Amino acid sequence: MNRLLFLALLLIQQVAFAQTDTKDELENLLSQEQKPVKEFVKNAFKSSRVINGHSMEFIGKGVLDFRILHRFGALNTGWRELFGLDQASMRMGFDYGISKNLTIGIGRSTFNKEVDGFVKYRIAHQHKGLKPIPLSLIWVSGMTMNTTKITDSKLNAFENRLGYYHQIIAGRKFGEAFTLQLSPTFVHRNLVDLPVDNNNMIALGVGARLKLTNRTALILDTYPILYGDHEGYNIFPLSIGFDIETGGHVFQLHVSNARGMNEKAFITETTQDWTKGEIQIGFNLSRVFTIVKNTESSW
Amino acid sequence: MKKVLLSLLVITAFQVNAQKYLTKSGTIDFLSKAPLETIEGVNKSVAALVDAQTGSLDFIVQIKSFVFDRQLLQEHFNENYMESTKFPKATFKGNIENMKSINLTKDGEYDAITSGKLTIHGVTKDVKQKGKLLVKGGKIVLISNFSVLLADYNISIPGAVKDKISKDVKVNVKCTLDPIK
Repeated sequence: MNRLLFLALLLIQQVAFAQTDTKDELENLLSQEQKPVKEFVKNAFKSSRVINGHSMEFIGKGVLDFRILHRFGALNTGWRELFGLDQASMRMGFDYGISKNLTIGIGRSTFNKEVDGFVKYRIAHQHKGLKPIPLSLIWVSGMTMNTTKITDSKLNAFENRLGYYHQIIAGRKFGEAFTLQLSPTFVHRNLVDLPVDNNNMIALGVGARLKLTNRTALILDTYPILYGDHEGYNIFPLSIGFDIETGGHVFQLHVSNARGMNEKAFITETTQDWTKGEIQIGFNLSRVFTIVKNTESSW
Repeated sequence: MKKVLLSLLVITAFQVNAQKYLTKSGTIDFLSKAPLETIEGVNKSVAALVDAQTGSLDFIVQIKSFVFDRQLLQEHFNENYMESTKFPKATFKGNIENMKSINLTKDGEYDAITSGKLTIHGVTKDVKQKGKLLVKGGKIVLISNFSVLLADYNISIPGAVKDKISKDVKVNVKCTLDPIK
């Protein structure tokens, strides 16, 4: 009797053992020879721009991003101007992803009839796993050209139309919901309006994103000016907005005191004052087209 | 008595050494056909394990390994629909119910009745499905085509894209498994 009991126990044990063994066997087999991979952080921002300024995000290889930025007039213009909705200013542009880490773009703004172009390169990409890097580092350089008529013939030279900006973006996605980036930016204008204006300016961009739902997020984009501002004239740009994603579009609705839609313009030419209600509603619309088919997974 | 014990041990030992088949590079693709848009994703690193003795069948599918022609779709798939950081993998744990009637030593095509638990997007459902099992030169090929109703797995489609994403998605499985030595 004792022996039978012993045997029965042994059998039960064996069966139980066999069951737990097969249950996660596949998982064990996989983890045995799994090499650590780089798990890149994605969707730090929904768009390649925070609102006005560049974000740490890239559009991806072979992707063409058609961007329409639209700014209405100032809210404090009152009901006769329908709180600014009667006026409009825009920038139309194309960005193209040459590789995962390299994007070029051109655009033209109605504000100052300005054409701008830029190159954006990712030096480091935040990732977990193999040799983790805690933040992303991006370098951006751009050039702007004013194409308005210059009435003063003494100043009518090609180089007087040009401006440049260089920027380093250091950003980190903290968990799923929050992203913060700092982007020190240097702007140079070959020609300025007044003798007291400085040709060189430095601003420290701050961009943040707080994810609300899977398709919406709150965004902040501001560029406090550290050096070179003409006091009483330059006001630092501050934009607060809302990202909405619908299929192939990213729609960014925001309020801002900045009229300019390239780095040179919004850093050096923002004169509207939030505290006086000189802000406007604006939106950015982004539509992407796949030029080269994607072959890479999201790892 | 000792003989019984011995034979029992031998049987158990045999069970443990029973032939198993494994792949880490199986293919699963899916197709969403909606009035305005057809979306296709392909995953070529699906892991699958078959135990010939018990008939147990397991799949592990890494969600991030699905590749789409359009990167934005891939991003949305991971971020908005499958939430791949929260639910990194889909799994199937079950059995080939008619394993006994399949002769793995003889090349041929067999019907395989599978049943088990399918987990997608953190939701587990009992499923039963008929598929094909091909035996080819010592390897086995699993083929199955079925539909997944997104709502069953708490994957919601926002109103704005309801004409672009199908409510049920066609899934095709094709995995070639090699015997484990």
